[in-house]
Amino acid sequence: MSDQNGTWWIWKVFWILLVITGVEVALGIIKPEFMLTQVIGTSILNILFIVLTLVKAAYIVQIFMHVKFEKKGLKYALYLPTLILIPYLTFILLTEGSYLFR
Amino acid sequence: MASSAEMTQEENNWGGGSRPLGSRYGKLMMWFFLLSDALTFSGFLTAYGLMRFKFESTWPIAENVFTHFPGLEGDQPLLYVALMTFILIMSSVTMVLAVNAGEKMNRKAVTNWMLWTIVGGFIFVGSQAWEWYHFIIGDSGAVETARQEILHIYNEEGERLSFSQVIHGMEEGHASNHGETFTKTEVLSAMKSNESMYLMEPGKAGTAFTHETSVALLEAGDVVQGANMIHNEYGQKQFANFFFFITGFHGFHVFSGVVINFIIFYNVLLGTYERRGHYRMVEKVGLYWHFVDLVWVFVFTFFYLV
Repeated sequence: MSDQNGTWWIWKVFWILLVITGVEVALGIIKPEFMLTQVIGTSILNILFIVLTLVKAAYIVQIFMHVKFEKKGLKYALYLPTLILIPYLTFILLTEGSYLFR
Repeated sequence: MASSAEMTQEENNWGGGSRPLGSRYGKLMMWFFLLSDALTFSGFLTAYGLMRFKFESTWPIAENVFTHFPGLEGDQPLLYVALMTFILIMSSVTMVLAVNAGEKMNRKAVTNWMLWTIVGGFIFVGSQAWEWYHFIIGDSGAVETARQEILHIYNEEGERLSFSQVIHGMEEGHASNHGETFTKTEVLSAMKSNESMYLMEPGKAGTAFTHETSVALLEAGDVVQGANMIHNEYGQKQFANFFFFITGFHGFHVFSGVVINFIIFYNVLLGTYERRGHYRMVEKVGLYWHFVDLVWVFVFTFFYLV
């Protein structure tokens, strides 16, 4: 259980999530020219979007879903399957999927 | 001989009394369910990405598709979906506040925050229905060729034209068809009479056709308005299928979340958890609700931003 008092920590995460979403929407509307440079198959902007999404996801899982305060065993039980299976699945689908392009 | 303390420990292990992960049965089971659900959603989103790479030249650009905002005229890309995201984050916050109040056995605060969470969930589901409605009735209309490819109408300034503008002219027509339906004959005769109109593929760096080819393509093809499982005026029809399937599956999660939240809320009102001595049910349903928010964070990125 969390040892934090009050609700300030909840509101802190709320503001972080709100600011990140605001930045994403602003960038999505403006689409700055210099961020459209292509790197590793996509634009810098798209990579930034994915990174910001993962930051948001980390805050939701760690703080809102309380995983940060769980025992080590439970943390591993949740993180390992997600962090191994999802990149693996994505990798296989996107690389093996190239056969569809013929 | 084992001490009595060890004996008790042993009995507890076999009796199911120990808690190896410091977590209770119900919460663990909720986590296992969420884990499998996370894998399901990542499978969907990866399939979406794969199809998008495959049909890049005809894949619609999301900010040209979802441009409506209630009460505002013209193109408002991303604004509405940003509002939906805000509502869902907000209802996630009220859910944590409810769980937090539950730990302190503050029944009044749990009631209050649970109610706000349910309200937020309802608004989100309603917003999604509104967005689906606009997606289904369509916006500008498009030409579907005999080979079932979607092409959009442009003028010499490189502006995308709606059927309304093609037929009534730039002054009289609207940028959106506003639910008005047009026939192939109307669009074809308007296109024939205006040399500057041509067709172009909807995706990033899509091919443009000459006026003559465009007229021939429309003659052999047909006009489509709106999106469904068979036709999609915005571009590649797989986009519509994935949109309906993934946001629909997510929306179903939100809807069932609202229903479960309501059941828990009702039990809070009845005082069930007060009598039980703990509010762990609120915590469990809270995990589910945050997961719904978590999935939306990814859907938002991959459907609307990237």
